[in-house]
Amino acid sequence: MTAVVRLPSQLRPLAGGRAELEVEGRTVGEVLAAAGGVCPGLTERLFDDAGQLRRFVNVFVAEEDVRFHSGLDTPVAPGGVVSIVPAVAGG
Amino acid sequence: MPVFRELFNQARAQIREIDAAGAEEVLGSALFLDVREPDEYEQGAIPGSVHIPRGNLELQVEGRVPDRSVPIVVYCAGGVRSAFAAKTLAELGYEDVTSLAGGFNGWKDAGRPWAVPRALSADQRNRYQRHLLLPEVGEAGQQKLLDAKVLLLGAGGLGSPAALYLAAAGVGTLGVVDMDVVDASNLQRQVLHNMDRIGLRKVDSARQTLEALNPDVRVVTYDTRLGADNVLDVISGYDVVVDGTDNFPTRYLLNDAALLARVPVVHGSIFRFEGQVTVFAPYDGPCYRCFVPEPPPPELAPSCSEAGVLGVLPGIIGSLQAMEAIKILLGLGDTLAGRLLAYDALEATFRTFRMQRDPACPACGPDAGELVIAEYDQFCMPHPKEAPALA
Repeated sequence: MTAVVRLPSQLRPLAGGRAELEVEGRTVGEVLAAAGGVCPGLTERLFDDAGQLRRFVNVFVAEEDVRFHSGLDTPVAPGGVVSIVPAVAGG
Repeated sequence: MPVFRELFNQARAQIREIDAAGAEEVLGSALFLDVREPDEYEQGAIPGSVHIPRGNLELQVEGRVPDRSVPIVVYCAGGVRSAFAAKTLAELGYEDVTSLAGGFNGWKDAGRPWAVPRALSADQRNRYQRHLLLPEVGEAGQQKLLDAKVLLLGAGGLGSPAALYLAAAGVGTLGVVDMDVVDASNLQRQVLHNMDRIGLRKVDSARQTLEALNPDVRVVTYDTRLGADNVLDVISGYDVVVDGTDNFPTRYLLNDAALLARVPVVHGSIFRFEGQVTVFAPYDGPCYRCFVPEPPPPELAPSCSEAGVLGVLPGIIGSLQAMEAIKILLGLGDTLAGRLLAYDALEATFRTFRMQRDPACPACGPDAGELVIAEYDQFCMPHPKEAPALA
């Protein structure tokens, strides 16, 4: 079950500059864990010490914010896109 | 060959007429269509009328009145031109058209309600001609823009293009908040300013540029740092706030104040090659805290002055903010309330994500309690009611 993880520019250096990763997983948690496995440092940026998503990181499956669905248990369809959208404040 | 009187009688035989008393009963429900010449209309008309001179009727009516089932009362000065207009409207498929017998003159002489319509000047008609051609804007919409008040937070990267387009569009009052002076390093993206303005207060430079662009615009300047002590006073009375600030604490401060003041916020933010735009409609859609419950630590969210930004990016995002502001003012289309529009310049893609109101939001949720406006530290947490507000 391959899913696509889309990385914002702040996190792309952790993925060798790539904007998208193809990883295996059936839920958001599995997909992000797999992404962390191939991008050292990514897991620490996304998760706190308790293994929860950091609250300033919004994760979407397709167009839906996982915070309003099942969080890390939100299912990801085969070929689904998981987007990491960080809060930015620049003006 | 028929003479005028025969043509007129033929037209009257094919239409329905309504007397002034009957027309007054449907004032407010029917659409009143004034087909007189502009100089007649400008001296007085039935309030709320749509004005299309008889000569332009066929050309313009479908754009201005797209719904052919809407009841229409068409009037001219005395009831002659309106009879011909009613016949034409029926031929165009309008289903429920009546001609006001006795016309506007009869209406006015009987003491029924009328008013001098607010008219654009000849210069304004020329300046805003491309807006007036849009049925969705038209003269009524342009008047709304001229009456509107938009506050720009920041006369920088985002505020510059937003302010320029809002001024060009004829938004009548533009407030500009900024405490900086123009620096040469601003000019790579802050298109309100120029070489001659280096060292000048940004709000003064903004005023010069905007007033030179459009004399219809009144620029109100706030050469101050937006803080807990002034945010409510500054934003109150504005119809829309365009948020072009550059840090998280100010964005949270604005969010809480905008909720209290019930002012919609058009949010824009940028980072290097990526930008985000959305609309926060108080209590009608998610607020900034629903979307970003906590700010990232400073080391994970460097500012543009630390991380850099391609100068065109705020031009694009700020222009989108101006568009959303005008849509809110005119009630046009679907705003970005409840949606985040994310632009990636390197990929040249726009993506939208759905945003929702958080039932547990500490600012706008049902259990949020009373909002207290106070200075925020780097954690930007809302203050409990008893917290003293810092001056």
